[in-house]
Amino acid sequence: MSDASKEWPLWEVFVRGKGGLSHRHVGSVHAADAKMALEHARDTYTRRMEGVSLWVLPSAQITSSDPGDAGALFEPAEDKVYRHPTFYKIPDGITHI
Amino acid sequence: MYTTDLSGKGKGKAEKAVAEDPALVAAFEARVASDEFIEPKDWMPEAYRKTLVRQMSQHAHSEIVGMLPEGNWITRAPNLRRKAILLAKVQDEAGHGLYLYSAAETLGTSRDEMTEALLSGKAKYSTIFNYPTLTWADIGAIGWLVDGAAIMNQVPLQRTSYGPYARAMVRICKEESFHQRQGYEIMMHLADGTDAQKRMAQDALNRWWWPSLMMFGPPDDKSPNTEQSMRWRIKRDTNDELRQKFVDITVPQAEAIGLTVPDDKLVWNEERGAYDFGEVDWEEFYAVVKGEGPVAKERMQARVKAWEDGEWVRDAARVHAEKRAAAKLAAE
Amino acid sequence: MDAVATYALRLGDDSLILGQRLSEWCGHAPALEVDLSLANVALDQIGQATHFLNLAGELEGKGRDGDALAFRRDVMDFTNCLLVEQPNGDFAQTIARQFLFSHYQELLFTALMASKNATIAAIAAKAVKETAYHAVLASDWVVRLGDGTDESKARMIAGLDWMWRFADELFAMDDVDAAAIKAGVGIDKAALRSSWDTRIDAVLAEATLMRPASRRPVLGGRVGRHSEHLGHLLTEMQFLQRAYPGATW
Repeated sequence: MSDASKEWPLWEVFVRGKGGLSHRHVGSVHAADAKMALEHARDTYTRRMEGVSLWVLPSAQITSSDPGDAGALFEPAEDKVYRHPTFYKIPDGITHI
Repeated sequence: MYTTDLSGKGKGKAEKAVAEDPALVAAFEARVASDEFIEPKDWMPEAYRKTLVRQMSQHAHSEIVGMLPEGNWITRAPNLRRKAILLAKVQDEAGHGLYLYSAAETLGTSRDEMTEALLSGKAKYSTIFNYPTLTWADIGAIGWLVDGAAIMNQVPLQRTSYGPYARAMVRICKEESFHQRQGYEIMMHLADGTDAQKRMAQDALNRWWWPSLMMFGPPDDKSPNTEQSMRWRIKRDTNDELRQKFVDITVPQAEAIGLTVPDDKLVWNEERGAYDFGEVDWEEFYAVVKGEGPVAKERMQARVKAWEDGEWVRDAARVHAEKRAAAKLAAE
Repeated sequence: MDAVATYALRLGDDSLILGQRLSEWCGHAPALEVDLSLANVALDQIGQATHFLNLAGELEGKGRDGDALAFRRDVMDFTNCLLVEQPNGDFAQTIARQFLFSHYQELLFTALMASKNATIAAIAAKAVKETAYHAVLASDWVVRLGDGTDESKARMIAGLDWMWRFADELFAMDDVDAAAIKAGVGIDKAALRSSWDTRIDAVLAEATLMRPASRRPVLGGRVGRHSEHLGHLLTEMQFLQRAYPGATW
């Protein structure tokens, strides 16, 4: 019964909460095709007016970074404090900067 | 949402760590201890993964089987408003099952595998759903007591250590906020109604009270997994703590609408600032866990039938998608 | 009831009975996601029913509200079309019913948005969006099942075959319709037929299905002559209100 090839594929669902916001991951659904995935996403994740737009994406199509590489990927950014505005000291009287 | 700790007797030692790198284990334990979230691709001990899959899938199964007792009254709801509310609520449970299966799927177990485990009787689900819904008041009692008990379990799980589980729980908690209220509202209405309605309400409370207390699982001294699960933040309070909290909160709610909690040992303990209450019939609890609940067979029969009757539909959609994909490929 | 009240009653009864039928699926659908979909359609129908039946009660002016009309009438006073009371059968039969009905309902509500009865126009304007989605959802399933496996095709054909004899009733006109049109409230349903045919045929073609052969229409729902199925549906739906007269819930 649990023949993996028989199961409808998994899709990741992204919802735009309202105009101007980016789509945000909210969960997943099973669906045989993209159209069905959209319908299932609509019927599952927007029942309480949660959104104005949907994306669905086959879960198998996602490439993600390896947690083991997190150090190499993300820690080098830690000492680049000069990328942040708070790094710079501006005298109190100066405005609009 | 409905969780019951079904770890039961003697299964605590079943999942021994299999020669895992002590450094990895230590790092993992440290992350969890500092309330960090564990995500699907992070390293985790095998026992953690297994325990989580078991807990999340049991939880999901409970949602799905839990649709049946309330679903039993959708077509007989007494007015249009109640019909819409009940249908929306039972539909929510389908959604919650879906969210939880999805969370469990991130650990590499497919929903079909979990479904098969449920239908073959290998997987467990909350004992509460193996009791029948006899009257409309049962719909009130389930919302008030069963959802009330579930909320006690689920609120702390929003901070559980496994990210996808925690996020599913946040969504579930948000959606469930109306479930208990609608149940209590039904009971309130019945308790304030005709004699026949009052009788119905009291009878429902009588039948659902003890099974609701069972929902928190076996007593702490018979819950072998509790310590490990609490360390792993996949459980955040003990069974007995939650049970006590539930009694303390619920008894005044019953009194407020003139219903009597069916426990002659129930008494306010001034010293403890809590209610003392009678012993749950644990023999009944373990029997129901084993599948001897009054309508356990009916529940499984309904799930098996839906699954088997739906097979040709699922197959058709899959085959249709394959045909379309092949045609698209040929056209390119 | 006068013609306009009866007109609202018919709209409400269609939605009510279909919503009741669809709610029978809850917890038993072929997949979890499909369970959610069917419940959404059912909730839309129950919402429409509530609005239309409350309006019918108001127009009647005898103190009956939507609940009184839904739960305390006998079968001969129900005015829904025969299509919506048909049993769910298998999933294909349910989809066949939804497919034929939702396309009709979408066309109907689109036209009713111009009704001179402001309440009917407002309900139609809200419901037409719901119904447009139902029509797409049902059509997509007709295509999947029609052009799926041999078994699904056979079941889809059987489902359409079961429902087809009730299609003509959707567009049948009578004195109530004529009076409602005259009052500027109702619309010419017969005029919707060709658009409906076009829609249905397009989906059937995509589903590699033949249009079922025309046959003698079964009529009578609008004047209370129903199938045997409706009595059982009402027995279940009205149980509490019948068993506890006068109680409120």
